[in-house]
Amino acid sequence: MTFEELTQIREKHSDLIKVRKLIASEAAKMAEKTEYRKQILVCGGTGCTSSGSKKILEALDNELKAQGIENEILVVRTGCFGLCSLGPIVIVYPEGVFYSQVTPEGVVRIVDEHLKNDQICKDLLYKETVHADGSIIPLAETNFYKKQKRIALRNCGVIDPENIEEYIGTRGYEALYKVLDSMTPDEVVKEVLDSGIRGRGGAGFPTGRKWMFTKDAPGDVKYVACNADEGDPGAFMDRSILEGDPHAIIEAMTIASYAVGAHQGYVYVRAEYPVAVHRLQVALQQAREYGLLGKNIFGKGHDFDIEIRLGAGAFVCGEETALLTSIEGNRGEPRPRPPFPAVKGLFGKPTLLNNVETYANIAQIIRKGAAWYSSMGTETSKGTKVFALGGKITNVGLVEIPMGTTLREIIEEIGGGIPGGKKFKAAQTGGPSGGCIPAKYIDTPIDYESLQALGSMMGSGGLIVMDEDNCMVDVSKFYLEFTVDESCGKCNPCRIGTRKLHQLLDKISKGQATMDDLDLIDSLANHMKTSSLCALGQSAPNPVLSTIKQFREEYEAHIKEGRCPAGVCKDLLKYEIIADKCKGCTLCARNCPVGAITGTVRQPHVIDADKCIKCGVCMSNCKFGAVVRK
Amino acid sequence: MSEKATIPFQGTPEQEAELKKVIEAHRDQPGGLMPTLQGAQGIYGYLPIEVQKMIADGLGVSLSEVFGVATFYSQFSLTPKGEHKVSVCLGTACYVKGSDKVLEAVEQKLGIKAGECTADGKFSIECCRCVGACGLAPVMTIGEEVYGKLTPDQASKIIDSYLTEKGGE
Repeated sequence: MTFEELTQIREKHSDLIKVRKLIASEAAKMAEKTEYRKQILVCGGTGCTSSGSKKILEALDNELKAQGIENEILVVRTGCFGLCSLGPIVIVYPEGVFYSQVTPEGVVRIVDEHLKNDQICKDLLYKETVHADGSIIPLAETNFYKKQKRIALRNCGVIDPENIEEYIGTRGYEALYKVLDSMTPDEVVKEVLDSGIRGRGGAGFPTGRKWMFTKDAPGDVKYVACNADEGDPGAFMDRSILEGDPHAIIEAMTIASYAVGAHQGYVYVRAEYPVAVHRLQVALQQAREYGLLGKNIFGKGHDFDIEIRLGAGAFVCGEETALLTSIEGNRGEPRPRPPFPAVKGLFGKPTLLNNVETYANIAQIIRKGAAWYSSMGTETSKGTKVFALGGKITNVGLVEIPMGTTLREIIEEIGGGIPGGKKFKAAQTGGPSGGCIPAKYIDTPIDYESLQALGSMMGSGGLIVMDEDNCMVDVSKFYLEFTVDESCGKCNPCRIGTRKLHQLLDKISKGQATMDDLDLIDSLANHMKTSSLCALGQSAPNPVLSTIKQFREEYEAHIKEGRCPAGVCKDLLKYEIIADKCKGCTLCARNCPVGAITGTVRQPHVIDADKCIKCGVCMSNCKFGAVVRK
Repeated sequence: MSEKATIPFQGTPEQEAELKKVIEAHRDQPGGLMPTLQGAQGIYGYLPIEVQKMIADGLGVSLSEVFGVATFYSQFSLTPKGEHKVSVCLGTACYVKGSDKVLEAVEQKLGIKAGECTADGKFSIECCRCVGACGLAPVMTIGEEVYGKLTPDQASKIIDSYLTEKGGE
């Protein structure tokens, strides 16, 4: 591959891709220059695949052929668009209109009416994009997309991840050429340093310094590794990037290998992500075929190749030393640092390890410059961050925003608020290592420091929204259950500490605790923070500490009054039937899984508290609101 | 690892030949034990002690090392799984939307707990941590099928549909 060949491929595809990025009027002009009248993009991310996008693709294929327009329409199966709760998702260009929750029958109509006869199927569009007067706004102008700034996700939902030429069409692999052709390793490291980017995997260590340490470490053999062991339950940005834009990771790792002087790379990815693994395999193969990976890349004398290693379901392997130990084929237990991986990492050699999202920014930083990147964000946190919005929020999905955006903008504008008219209670960030941010801090600009000051952390970017129906004691208990399961058991403070903490929380949730137990939690948590071997144990108490700090009155209600204000903790709940409201329809009694409800037809029913397992089925079934929870 | 009475090991010569190929492919690879175990589980569906012994001998490592790695990672199973693997997601996004109640409903329906297999070997239940379909929370998977936006009631009915399918055989 030479630069001229790369340019030729880019020119062949760039117009097609521009149609997907321009505003509708200009996109229409651009579309005329291409060989396709229209393009139809179907999301092939894990979320949409689960909700049936494969059937959509089949139906689309059949109908295009049936109508005889398969040569005028380009079908692109992309990675994740970000709006996972609306899947399966289909977008048609040049109009840029957005069809949500598409069915195979809907696709047939889209082909017949829209693609063939230019009549947009308004009733199938995502309702936010259709105004009351019938006018349609493109996806890019919806609240969900308007405030976003997509750098790491730039190609997700835009290109076909299994076609390297589409990636090249977005100026892909040009940064790699620039580096190999005209930059010294020192200049590359300096560019990354100057950009101010910090690790997107959790801790937020300056990426450029990692690169510098690895480059300066003595040794002939060095490695470059990518952490794609996205273990935080509720975070899925790394998966989406690998599924939607795998070449961005390959290009960045190759750039890194040149900067630090490595010739072998490893991507450690969760086995639970089969689609991501497959796309990465396809991308690696294509990169090798095009001479962008392997020996003498671009004829510039640099050799580099990448191997995939699958994880096997251990959260602790997201910790850097545990991950490297796991690649070596051992139990994934962490080891003390120093020595840091930059000095003594994989197989005892200096190793550069970055997270997927971090790598996804690198090619853009090289191509557009450190100054461009550092112009975004806050004083200490530059650039953008991807968040996985989940929980009690209307627009569940992936969003990328400049650092410094407030929680209110994310939840109310981009996320579309809390469904069901419920009240926002807290946002959980940082997963099992993070904490809960209460509603009163909703105007906090988000960056590494501000989240830490609130007792939470950036983490990998899971952002779980909770409403008034979520109990904070229950949430802490949930995270502790997770860390009890996932503690590797190597060091005592974590192995025993997490279990003890969980027991104390269990006591609270059952109304058996005293106020002294809160002090005990505090002292135990501090010991764990200072004496655990790795970040898993050090941060495991965070969910508990932050919720005790921010929602102390809720803990006290459990302890002092034996009451769960959110109505979640089962042992403190009681279901009753209000005799005046009960019509005796027997629906509750028929649905009760344990036969705890008795009564005759048209007479008020009664719940036997001893038999009741508090599953709540009676309450959700009652049409008269006669079942109450106390 | 609970010591439950399990189905005795019934490996075929074909499976063994396949395993030998996997071992051969990873023998000289640095860190080859994990990919070998993954390959072996793909062949047998689980990692009984007999298979671990073959791997230890084939790779020239001790059985304790193989056992240590096999028991460390949650994806490796030392016991066989049911024909229908029911997996309820207990990731955060699913949990705050009530997947614990979905799990309860499934456990009640099948009369076994998570991590167990029904006596007839038809169903096993496990909990998983996020399949990445958070937009569909709460989610459960049966084999390769993904069921989203579930209520406990729906989950129970889905299990029913597998039970009747079995009865119709």
